[in-house]
Amino acid sequence: MNIHEYQAKAIFSRFGVPVPDSHLIRTGDDVEPFCETLEPHAWVAKAQVHAGGRGKAGGVVRADDKQDLVAAVSGMLGTRLVTPQTGEDGLPVQAVLLEKTVEIHRELYLALLVDRESGRVAIIASTEGGMDIEQVAQQAPDRILTQLVHPAAGLQPGQARTLAYALGLPKDQVRQLQAILFALFELFASSDCSLVEINPLILDGEGRLVALDAKINIDDNALYRQVEIAKLRDPAQGNRDEEQACTLGLNYIRLGGSIGCIVNGAGLAMATMDLIKHHGGEPANFLDVGGAITQEKVAEAFKLVVRDAGVKAVLVNIFGGIVRCDLLASGILDALQSVSLQVPVVVLLQGTRANEGRQLLENRHTLLHQADTLTEAAQRAIRLARA
Amino acid sequence: MSVLVGRDTKVLCQGMTGTQGTFHTRQALDYGTQVVAGVTPGRGGSSHLGLPVYDTVDQACQAHEVDASVIYVPAAYAADAILESVYAGVPLVVCITEGVPILDMVKVRAVLEHSDSLLVGPNCPGVITPGECKIGIMPGDIHRPGPVGIVSRSGTLTYVAVDQTVQHGLGQSTCIGIGGDPIHGLDFIDCLALFEQDEATQGIILVGEIGGTAEEQAAEFIQGQVSKPVVAYVAGVTAPAGKRMGHAGAIISGGQGTAEQKYRAFEKAGVTTSRNPAELGALMRALLEH
Repeated sequence: MNIHEYQAKAIFSRFGVPVPDSHLIRTGDDVEPFCETLEPHAWVAKAQVHAGGRGKAGGVVRADDKQDLVAAVSGMLGTRLVTPQTGEDGLPVQAVLLEKTVEIHRELYLALLVDRESGRVAIIASTEGGMDIEQVAQQAPDRILTQLVHPAAGLQPGQARTLAYALGLPKDQVRQLQAILFALFELFASSDCSLVEINPLILDGEGRLVALDAKINIDDNALYRQVEIAKLRDPAQGNRDEEQACTLGLNYIRLGGSIGCIVNGAGLAMATMDLIKHHGGEPANFLDVGGAITQEKVAEAFKLVVRDAGVKAVLVNIFGGIVRCDLLASGILDALQSVSLQVPVVVLLQGTRANEGRQLLENRHTLLHQADTLTEAAQRAIRLARA
Repeated sequence: MSVLVGRDTKVLCQGMTGTQGTFHTRQALDYGTQVVAGVTPGRGGSSHLGLPVYDTVDQACQAHEVDASVIYVPAAYAADAILESVYAGVPLVVCITEGVPILDMVKVRAVLEHSDSLLVGPNCPGVITPGECKIGIMPGDIHRPGPVGIVSRSGTLTYVAVDQTVQHGLGQSTCIGIGGDPIHGLDFIDCLALFEQDEATQGIILVGEIGGTAEEQAAEFIQGQVSKPVVAYVAGVTAPAGKRMGHAGAIISGGQGTAEQKYRAFEKAGVTTSRNPAELGALMRALLEH
């Protein structure tokens, strides 16, 4: 789960990580009177959306006086911000973070994440703050410093010192960085984070290290024990259909092609998308109805997929295991009746009681087609989508 | 022969009295798996499906010979259940549970590094040696005994690979679902090494997916240390970056973990690859007939 920058910074403050002075303004607040109450200073207005690339998209604007600030905030609040990471519809800006500008002497990069290879929490630091860190990792891997934290020992002061000195920090800042790292590790471990990132962590004019940006991702699997953090979820920042699918226990991701996919199992769902593409078609979505597939879930999946106006054909690919294909075939028939189908559907049933399932679907609907192999199913769905 | 499990494997089930545990234990017993007991804290001394239930794994291991433990407990208790078996010295622990918090697995992994126990999963279908022993949620009746070892990060895609071998007149020595989570027990390399040493295994099908670098490492390992023919398939060529494709581990981040990179690694290592899971059987058969 993603949270907003302003929420992440509030959490940083609570754990003792320095952040700039700030105020939050939301949709509905009167911009002008709000800005009037601010101390005279240069401010930065930052649109609060769950996406990177805000700066170049006009979502981060510096204002040297009140007039500019009012203009900047008014230009963001209530609009949709489109960045390279949001897709063409953009994301709604319902809050703007106003931060006092700080003098920047150095920009560092800091992140904590779970490194899947070592199975440890990794602390990543770099002198190249403010840059795209993935680019740094490719072009100058020696500028990426890593410390792995053993779960039993926890973060050790020596690890923090090693990073601080390797970053070339003077003695006073070494102590500050050490305090920040301990705070971040405590935050990471106690809040079930999957990522904590500060880019950049800056050294200001008075020699203080300050988190200019803040990103926190929480492990979805641990939300059951992170009740307070779970409340920070902002559904407006997600795709509406994807959010709804999630509450139904379906894994749905819209991709924008013309062939809707309904599949049981995440791997098989990806494989189905790949095969459609391989044969020259475009999948409209990833949809995994899960291992514990039921008739009701099949019906919900149909509704979700055909709601996408771009869908010109649907491919249903079910490999029956514990759940039998004949039961699912009945589910498909129910679904076809309840959604008043407009587009052709190609069904591939394999595995347990596949033949019985196929017989049930035979000649039951003019828009219903059956295939015997995955290749045939993909090719036919592509043909029907073009017709 | 086969790997990890066989007809003599004695299995303990953690969470046997729950809905999932009950259903899949019954299926395992029907398949002929030697399930010897179950563990549910607070239910010790009772019996379920005709099997004794114990409060702790330790008690079960004192009363029975236990070669493997299978876990069907809810995600919040899964790491605890895994470690309970590890501390009791169970040689093989298979965790089916999906949705285990990743920091729980960080702890489990650190303990496993100093233990002789092997972990399969979590978030996996389990392990099956056809005709002998089924530990997990895979449908038993699609499998046939035969010469192909299958190792996979995905559930249903494993079943497709199984079906492919059956359709082409081959069967499986053992099928191992290593699970779709970013931190898990046995990885591709461990399983490839087991299959390489197993007399019953003549060829190997590897089913990977986007995320991480396990496939790249497997490719390197195959090139250096696997003499048997391998066919590799990787799901997620069309997956967009930054989106979690169902499995917690299936995510492309920072341009790393794409299916194309993985295919390139396999091809560079001289491994036969397929872009279509429906070709796995034919490719394996052709390699075995050479």
